[in-house]
Amino acid sequence: MLIWALIAGMTAVAVSIVLVPALRRRPEASGPAEAGEMSVYRDQLAELDRDVDSGLVGAAEAEAARTEISRRLLRAGRRGPATAADGGSRFLPIAAALLLPVVAVGLYTRLGHPTMPDMPFAERKMAAPTAAPGAGQSIEDLVAKVVGHLAANPDDTKGWDLLAPTYMHLGRFELAAAAWRNAIRTGGPDERRLTELGRALTAAADDVVTPEAREAFTRAIEVAPSAVLPRFFLAAGLAQEGKKAEAVEAWRAIVAMAKGDEPWLPDAREELARAEADLTGKPYVPPVATPASPPSAAPAAPGPSAADVEAAALMSPEERAKMIATMVERLKDRLNGSGGTIDDWERLIRAEKLLGRLDDARATLDRARAALSGDAAALVRLDALTTGLKP
Amino acid sequence: MIVEVGHFALVLALALALVQSVVPIWGAVRGDARAMALAGPISGGQFLFVAISFAALTWAHVVSDFSVVNVFENSHSTKPMIYKISGVWGNHEGSMLLWVAILALFGALVAWFGRNLPRTLRANVLGVQAWVAVAFYLFVLLTSNPFARFAEPPMEGRDLNPLLQDFGLAVHPPLLYLGYVGFSIAFSFAAAALIEGRIDAAWARWVRPWTLAAWVFLTLGIAMGSYWAYYELGWGGWWFWDPVENASLLPWLAGTALLHSAIVMEKRDGLKIWTILLAILAFSLSLLGTFLVRSGVLTSVHAFATDPARGVFILGILMLFVGGSLTLFAARAATLTKGGLFAPISREGSLVFNNLFLTAATATVFIGTLYPLALEAVTGGKISVGAPFFDMTFGPLMVPLLIALPVGPFLAWKRGDIAAVAQRLAVVLVLSIAATLVTWAIRGHAVLPALGVGLATWLMLGSLAEIAFRIKLFSQPAGALRRAVGLPRSAWGTMLGHFGVGVMLLGIVAESAWKIEQVLVMKPGDHVRIERFDVAFERSVPNSGPNWDEVIARFRVSDGTSNPPVIMEPSKRSYRTRSMPTTETAIETWGLFSQLYLAIGEAQGDGVAMRIYWKPLVLLIWIGTLIMSIGGVVSLTDRRLRVGAPTPRKAAAMALPAAAE
Repeated sequence: MLIWALIAGMTAVAVSIVLVPALRRRPEASGPAEAGEMSVYRDQLAELDRDVDSGLVGAAEAEAARTEISRRLLRAGRRGPATAADGGSRFLPIAAALLLPVVAVGLYTRLGHPTMPDMPFAERKMAAPTAAPGAGQSIEDLVAKVVGHLAANPDDTKGWDLLAPTYMHLGRFELAAAAWRNAIRTGGPDERRLTELGRALTAAADDVVTPEAREAFTRAIEVAPSAVLPRFFLAAGLAQEGKKAEAVEAWRAIVAMAKGDEPWLPDAREELARAEADLTGKPYVPPVATPASPPSAAPAAPGPSAADVEAAALMSPEERAKMIATMVERLKDRLNGSGGTIDDWERLIRAEKLLGRLDDARATLDRARAALSGDAAALVRLDALTTGLKP
Repeated sequence: MIVEVGHFALVLALALALVQSVVPIWGAVRGDARAMALAGPISGGQFLFVAISFAALTWAHVVSDFSVVNVFENSHSTKPMIYKISGVWGNHEGSMLLWVAILALFGALVAWFGRNLPRTLRANVLGVQAWVAVAFYLFVLLTSNPFARFAEPPMEGRDLNPLLQDFGLAVHPPLLYLGYVGFSIAFSFAAAALIEGRIDAAWARWVRPWTLAAWVFLTLGIAMGSYWAYYELGWGGWWFWDPVENASLLPWLAGTALLHSAIVMEKRDGLKIWTILLAILAFSLSLLGTFLVRSGVLTSVHAFATDPARGVFILGILMLFVGGSLTLFAARAATLTKGGLFAPISREGSLVFNNLFLTAATATVFIGTLYPLALEAVTGGKISVGAPFFDMTFGPLMVPLLIALPVGPFLAWKRGDIAAVAQRLAVVLVLSIAATLVTWAIRGHAVLPALGVGLATWLMLGSLAEIAFRIKLFSQPAGALRRAVGLPRSAWGTMLGHFGVGVMLLGIVAESAWKIEQVLVMKPGDHVRIERFDVAFERSVPNSGPNWDEVIARFRVSDGTSNPPVIMEPSKRSYRTRSMPTTETAIETWGLFSQLYLAIGEAQGDGVAMRIYWKPLVLLIWIGTLIMSIGGVVSLTDRRLRVGAPTPRKAAAMALPAAAE
């Protein structure tokens, strides 16, 4: 209701701006009607006298100028004042003043939203704290603190070792790489730092193992010959480069390194099978729906049951795709109904990304953010999943 | 509610402008003082309501009210406060609101300062001003409404284009708009004079301060834009002959010509028709600039949104005002009386020379800017008209203008004495030739830069010499100080303006001829020598700001002397919301005017691609424009009148019979 009072008040001010001068008994004398031209020439004459006094203009020049200005003055005088009429009709101004509110309110009601309240960000955030994306702010604060500390102590290895994985979690891979380089500079190269540097560089290049990443992984193996993770990436990189035979060799070497009970062995075997299939040109049949992932990042959440996997191996590609889709739907229904842990949400988003349903993945991400908004750590993990989902 | 109040205030401003566009002019035609007297209060009211509207939009940006589409599209809750404020005009809708706000401001100022104008002229000027205002209010409200709302507002905004998140945005557009819109006053005066069918020296006297103010703002706006591009884009250039830059240069050139021709009109009652035409031209080119930048014809950082409806609307405004005013001009120009006569060699003659070359230069830039667009529209072919074209055309036009520049102020009105002027400038000429020879001896090789330095010297010393002779500094040093104080401020303004051109030219010549550029990949620990500097790459450091992350490259620069080394930290930023990278350059100034300039390119393995420039005397380019603007301000404070004292024929003839005519 207040808005209408304000609109009425403003309109009244505008109308009175037009109406008051129109109703005045004698119109305001806006400058001398004769004005201007002649007074300018008179001023010019006075100015000339001042210039002569200060010695800026010689007597002869001054005389010539005076003649010219006087001639113009006479001419202006002959033309006479432009108009001298005072007073005048009140009709047009009053008509204008009456039309003004009609035009203004008419146009505004077509364009505006008078009943819509203001919605400042701070108020909305307070009203709906769960939906605010600023919930992860504490992590940002933490990062800012560490960055500030490191600016003052650039040789603090522990700080770099802490900052780098945080950047990695937040999906800021280039910064993570820079931080790992600093950790290596101050703390020396070791397996973890070199491997993570390589991972950061790979992630920054949209999961392409770049020459720089390859160098980091190679150095990691030099430092720690038994390291497996860098070999995974190097092998994947070979496949990306199209060196199929060499990729198969690399995967074979990795599998050969195993004693038999390593958690990464199934992944390595799967990758080997994939690489072999790729080399021979046969379509690869994945045994499970989850993407091949390095051992450290293997999902901790319960995956498909052993029976599912077994069944999948016996199916035709179409049936398998259908089964995967069904599983995804099942998970989705459960999460939408009763909610779930961050692991469940993560699995669903990954699966949707894998199936190419990017719009679904985005929607799921939004729902997950809403559902887990109280959990800062979970939000960070969700942020990390946004890669490849930016429209 | 505040947002809606702002919206309604804008609609009210339109309604008031409608009244102002009809009633006062009707009053002027009918000789109705009551109707004419309305123009003043309504101009004030218009400004009041636009100011309310602008304040409301600013408030919405400051509190991040994402129910306003404009705020959602161009802001973010984590954006630093200064960019929340400057972001108000860092987008299409907001910048057009700023445009109409400045238009209303100028209208109110004319109403306020113009109380001594003849009644009809004042009414007509404000009426014409209101026509322009109506057109732009309609444009804002119907095609670019900054107060459009969301029924279901998003929780977070899309953030401002990172290139615009810079202090430059806070000053460059307002200054430029003050310049563009300032020329609307000259236009309104010209149209009013044509409507009344009479024009006189007094007219020029009234228009001069407005033109001068607009020119000062435009000069500063262009210079600021150029410096911004220089440090933000990371290419090390300061002028790219980009159509958007040209769009601001065109009204500047026309405005500079107008400034000079108006002097002739005021002092000698001459060049009237030409001055009117220039006033129309200057504002038409401002409108053209707005059209080019705002319609999306050009895609650049300035084209915030491309929407054909907007382009068509501005094109309509452009055609209406340019076509309308030129038609009016054609109908009335013949009735305007001709002014006083003058010899070719005279102050008037030199100002005509100035106008001839400035308008030719305007035409050159106009063709170079619009021909590619026209060609693309007609044949679909894309051609690029760049620096080589302008170097070949604009450059040669500027050289004679600059050579003649110091001579003009020495010439007397009506008929000048070129031999006497030559005598007075002989010392300056000798010094300029000396500067050329010394430069050539030191730098060797190319002759052109040495000549450029000579020309810059000629300009700077020539402007100083004019003042020195006027106050008789060398012939009668005793009374020089008294005469200097007595000298009109406009004379000092002229001197500063012309001196600034020389300073700017010196900067341009030095930067173009002697800059050193190195592009290379550097890894931490690498050194590179450029000029006398040793630039050492120490390490890359990550850093995070409120809405961006960056990787800083830390450099230690020593200049080969015992001075402590300087740390320079260029960085590559990535803005989170738009995931868009920007380059933050590191610039250090040595010896007052020269700069070392570091910009990071792409990361290459452990290293980064670095662009390192040494830019001798580069700051003089902007210092020169600053001096020019100060000259304008000084001249603006001159409340005295200009009097053109012609040299009587007899005296001139006695002094030098042959050269006078």
